[in-house]
Amino acid sequence: MSTRADQALERQASPWLFASAVATAAPHVSHQAYWLSALSLLLLLWAVRLWWKDERLPGRWLLILLVVAGCAGILIEFRTLFGRDAGVAMLVVFMAMKLLELKSRRDAMVVVVLGYFLLLTHYLYSQSIPTGIWLLFALWLLTTTLIRLHGGPSNTGGASLRYAARLCLQAIPFMLVLYLLFPRISGPLWGLPSDAHAGMTGLSDSMSPGSISRLAQSADIAFRARFIDAPPAKHKLYWRGPVLENFDGTTWRPHTGQGAAAALDRMSPPVRYELTLEAHNQRWILALDAPVSLPEGIFLNAALAATQRQPVTERQRFALAASLDYRFNADEDPQTLQRNLSIPAQANPKTRALALGWRQTGLRPEEIIRKAQDLFAAEFTYTLQPPLLGPNGIDEFLFVTRRGFCEHYAGAFVFLMRAAGIPARVVTGYQGGELNPLDGHLVVRQSDAHAWAEVWLEGRGWLRVDPTASVSPARIETGIVDALAFGEPLPALVQLRADWLRNLRYRWEAVNNAWNQHILGYDPQRQRELLSRLGLPDTDWRSLATLMGIVCGILLAATTAWTLYQRPRIDPALRLWHKALRQLARRQVHCAPWETPMALAQRVREQHPELGEAFQNVVDAYLRVRYGDANDNLTPLRDAVARFEQ
Amino acid sequence: MKIGPYLKQLLFRWKSDGTGPLRLGQRRIFIFPSRGGLLFALALVVMLLGAINYNLALGHALVFLLAGLGIVGMIHTFRNLFGLIITPGRCDPVFAGETAFFQLSLDNDRQSPRLALELAADVDLPVSAAVASLGKTRVRVPLQAHRRGWLTLPPVRLTTRYPLGLFTAWSYLQPEMRCLVYPQPVTAPMPTASASQRGDNLHGDGGQEDFSGFRERQPADSPRHVAWKASARHAGEGPLLIKEFAGGMQSEQVFDWQNTAPGVSDEVRLGMLAGGILAAEAAGNPYGLRLPNLSLPPERGDRHCRRCLEALALFPE
Repeated sequence: MSTRADQALERQASPWLFASAVATAAPHVSHQAYWLSALSLLLLLWAVRLWWKDERLPGRWLLILLVVAGCAGILIEFRTLFGRDAGVAMLVVFMAMKLLELKSRRDAMVVVVLGYFLLLTHYLYSQSIPTGIWLLFALWLLTTTLIRLHGGPSNTGGASLRYAARLCLQAIPFMLVLYLLFPRISGPLWGLPSDAHAGMTGLSDSMSPGSISRLAQSADIAFRARFIDAPPAKHKLYWRGPVLENFDGTTWRPHTGQGAAAALDRMSPPVRYELTLEAHNQRWILALDAPVSLPEGIFLNAALAATQRQPVTERQRFALAASLDYRFNADEDPQTLQRNLSIPAQANPKTRALALGWRQTGLRPEEIIRKAQDLFAAEFTYTLQPPLLGPNGIDEFLFVTRRGFCEHYAGAFVFLMRAAGIPARVVTGYQGGELNPLDGHLVVRQSDAHAWAEVWLEGRGWLRVDPTASVSPARIETGIVDALAFGEPLPALVQLRADWLRNLRYRWEAVNNAWNQHILGYDPQRQRELLSRLGLPDTDWRSLATLMGIVCGILLAATTAWTLYQRPRIDPALRLWHKALRQLARRQVHCAPWETPMALAQRVREQHPELGEAFQNVVDAYLRVRYGDANDNLTPLRDAVARFEQ
Repeated sequence: MKIGPYLKQLLFRWKSDGTGPLRLGQRRIFIFPSRGGLLFALALVVMLLGAINYNLALGHALVFLLAGLGIVGMIHTFRNLFGLIITPGRCDPVFAGETAFFQLSLDNDRQSPRLALELAADVDLPVSAAVASLGKTRVRVPLQAHRRGWLTLPPVRLTTRYPLGLFTAWSYLQPEMRCLVYPQPVTAPMPTASASQRGDNLHGDGGQEDFSGFRERQPADSPRHVAWKASARHAGEGPLLIKEFAGGMQSEQVFDWQNTAPGVSDEVRLGMLAGGILAAEAAGNPYGLRLPNLSLPPERGDRHCRRCLEALALFPE
């Protein structure tokens, strides 16, 4: 297959293609299988070597063999060729292989378009500000490569970079208009592959020793809340996640059947807030206890947990309200109470004996709860690194190790209560949060993950009891950093104690939040809000498309006019000369098109002797700038013109 | 009437641009997505679907930025031709079968350079050019000269894909230019029936063997015969001198249409005459040409040679 000479790829364009390939594929290294990155790197190095030595590119059969091998590897790794991760892996490998096939400009074009496509795939994994900046840089590089490819031999790298930057800057107005006005459709258009939302952190729907302490070692943000009313005190901030009622000896799980609707008596005015929940791929919304007004599509289950039908697979905003003091299900259905009394028959005999002892001494439920809290307060340690527990985990925890994280305390407490005949259950969620003073958002991280207990008392309904508060009051009052001893494996970001570092973090998170809220969070609803604020209520996609077309048309016309009809910059000496001529014209002396400055000066001397000398000075200065050794020094000319104008 | 040229005429209003400078306005520049541009557009559509499906806010932004880049690229591709000034230049005569080069001068009165321009009178013979900022470039547009006579420059397609290669902008130029194509010389033994053998009766003209003296240079004398050293002795004040040779075979030929083999075609006959003229000129012998409609007396020198070849090229006019 021969290539026409004018279509052949110039040699000096190849390094740009290599650089573009690296820039667009490199961020995938962080989440891709190592062998894939290594394979792509090897292919790239091979291509660079061939280019460097000016050797022949590999033949078609070898390339086909490589493609088959690459696909087979991906098939083995991912068990499919489709789906998010496998698809991205294919694109990266194809990109590397195309570098071995760079013969004509068309091949290079394919590499660049593939590069643009690869940029999009990064957003499947992260849409943070650094990703955005890196990809902007990669976009610039790719565009430079395009210019380099089509600019011919007299084009230089530096000029291409500058030109590409100019083109990208001119494209930005179009991007803004399209971003704001393109009729947004909320996806998905078709079924997403099963791995589309893999790798999200967050609470799971079960709790066993270690599950929450693991989560607490992550500084990732779980959600943000902005209070419209005054923000409540920190120790009242219990964000309710899944409620766990079934215990099999080690793991707590939620009850799956339907229950009666929750009956809630509010005992304090509602606190309104807006919750921006990060994607966690679960159906529950972490609403503040107890949720009283819910947006459409979200409902309360029998255990007071707010859930929606679809998992939260992307950042979502909810307008919510909570009543911090409440009475919940004072008349609970007996089946539920029965369920919340059951414990595995054989395990943890010592704990059962302890609870039975309390019950038999005739203590009232409130006193039993008090007793259990006192027990925890006495000689327990709150730590992220508890010792491993055996089959009789709760016995071991209560009587031997006495070191644990909130899931140990909540689990042991609920077990004690049930053994003592008080209906109780575990509630997981988040507690507390950190108010960012810069943007007023309360940030709740995975490290704020928490588990507490709920007991049901006759006439008072379900009451929250947080056994962790007895062990470590600081956890509830100020947060996890103060509650744990120094040296616990908390993420560094959470531990920042220096003020300036903390300020820096606040600032960065406020910027991130603004980015999330205003840029990433621009959805069909925000679009409608924006347009109605601009005086265009009730827009449908047709009117939006028309508006977009009109604005884009205006923008196109403006850019075209600005690009095509730029006036060449008038030379400053000429401008001064024209100024002097205008002055002359006021005295009815007009410079003929063919007249040289000297001839004009001659004429002025004859017709207006009074102007002669001043104008002669102007002419002399002008000619010196033009043809003499004035070295672009315009001062004498400027002075002469000024004097002439007087 | 052929429909193709008619349509072209109708659509593009082809008419001669004359011999003066011509500035490309927006009415004569056409623009269309190139193959790479179509690939790019296809990629954008797929990317947009992906961004919608996965609800990627930045994916939307990326697609829209790329769409904007495409639009801006279109404007800049257009701009690469817009306002370019093309001035027809000269075109030296060639022999049939050779390539004629039409010289065009491209002027750029803008600050930004215009790169990667491609001109083609013949699709298979494109020539690329670039004009620096506020600069001027001369381009020689090649065209195969197949037949003798006047070769008029067909519409020249001026194409560019710069800067992004996503769009092709083109324009057709038709400056009034023509190139004289001489007959293809045939080196056959010329029948020299009419060549008069005049021996050395014409003193000093054409002989090349024995030096016999100097004479003043006439305009028709070839620069090859100038005695540079002798002329230099007069320090440039006197006329140039020509070396004269005596003796040898002084032959003066007249190439006559009638004497060429009548059995062959006219073109071959003209080619034989051209071949004879070129041979005689190379040998430095005087020669004349007799055609049915015109007769040139024996002489030699470049100008005479050109006149003879021109007569042959334009025969039978």
